Amino acid sequence: MTEFRMPSLGADMEDGILVEQLVAAGDPVHRGDIIAAVETQKGAIEIEVFEDGFLDKWLVPLGTKVPVGTPIAVIRASDTPDVPQPADPTPTPAPPEAPQPVDPRMPDVPETPSVPPPELPPQTDRQRVSPAARRRAAQTGFDLGSLGAGKIISLADIPDSASKTAPMSDMRQAIAAAMTRSKREIPHYYLSDTVDLTKAEDFTATHNSNLPPDARLALGVLYIRAVALAAQKYTDFNGYFEDGTFTPSDAVHLGMAINLRSGGLVAPALHDATDGDLDALMTRLKDLVARVRQGRFRARELSDPTITLTSLGDRGVAGITGVIFPPQVAIVGIGTPSLQPAVIDGTVQPRRIAQITLAADHRVSDGHNGAKFLRAIIKNLQHPETL
Amino acid sequence: MTNDPIRALLVKHLGRIAPEIPVDDIDRSADLREEFDIDSMDFMTLITALGKELSLPMPEADYDQMRSFDELLAYLRSQKV
Repeated sequence: MTEFRMPSLGADMEDGILVEQLVAAGDPVHRGDIIAAVETQKGAIEIEVFEDGFLDKWLVPLGTKVPVGTPIAVIRASDTPDVPQPADPTPTPAPPEAPQPVDPRMPDVPETPSVPPPELPPQTDRQRVSPAARRRAAQTGFDLGSLGAGKIISLADIPDSASKTAPMSDMRQAIAAAMTRSKREIPHYYLSDTVDLTKAEDFTATHNSNLPPDARLALGVLYIRAVALAAQKYTDFNGYFEDGTFTPSDAVHLGMAINLRSGGLVAPALHDATDGDLDALMTRLKDLVARVRQGRFRARELSDPTITLTSLGDRGVAGITGVIFPPQVAIVGIGTPSLQPAVIDGTVQPRRIAQITLAADHRVSDGHNGAKFLRAIIKNLQHPETL
Repeated sequence: MTNDPIRALLVKHLGRIAPEIPVDDIDRSADLREEFDIDSMDFMTLITALGKELSLPMPEADYDQMRSFDELLAYLRSQKV
């Protein structure tokens, strides 16, 4: 038996609201299955289970806000006989679950008895619920299951109640908390240069010329790969600084700063951004962006980024100097490319140029190494065919 | 105008991406992506959806002819003739 706990999805998260139980008690679960959704300041997050077995019972009713670390379900391992557990007067404390989404400062779990689950119908069929509707339901304790499955539930379907908070003030608070911590704790230094994107643009234009729209590459996917490959080589910029120690990461889980229409932004991870070809990376990027836009992403995606990339796209401004998202140690910014005169082999030519910046953590690296890292990204973008 | 199926299709797909921005409120001759605040990924989604529904290739080389709402609408009409 293991207890499945409310995960921490970032240093700024203290509690979460269980808003969906996607597996009924008694059903089998497999490592990686999404078994619940939790409402946090950053929206509804899908929670994965980390072992194979059976979901024995839910410990927390839907709509309940509980602190990080609180057991929310009991998972019975596959090889545990399916017999009623004898009443155990001295419950053994649950061992630290192996791959919990990271936050080393998970508070101790209070030794209070678990709340018995209410007699709610298990929500096994997936509903499509808008983030605003989900938030209101969680705030008012409204049971989404009562609306049935198979329909799209919007804000209007959820009864209003007296308590109304502006939903995005939560998002703003989450951003403010993380960025305040960053500016207080991280001695940032900043480097900037320009990058000639003419070859990268030509590469995507040629690649895309005979492809249908949904198979085309975006320039951004080249940025991602170029940063990921450089981060894999220059390890001082890829990892976590926690408890006074920097731990580099072998894998590059690239946080993608994604703007939300409703306000605010999130930077979930594109896992293993060095792996697979560009088409596969593009598919994963589109999937991530689409889910983020629906207010729906996974716990690991929020907790995992090892470095962040913020790109202003092609309708933005010339440059951005990022603020590092703790416990990461670097953020790369790429501004909006524009056509500019450049001198090449003694002649002036129009080239597509963008500003590129690095904000990095002086506790881990210095400008000399930072410059090498930034130049590696620029160099990678001059050879798009190698990405 | 109101029973123009191509216009209705364009409005429908823009509405999916930018539901909070009514088409009547925008400058239809100005930059479409700025008017609707849609980024390159959203634009790709829009082009993909329009291409599928109208069976058009929507080549990237023609993106310059799709800059504003009116231009995009004119482009779609010209391709469907």
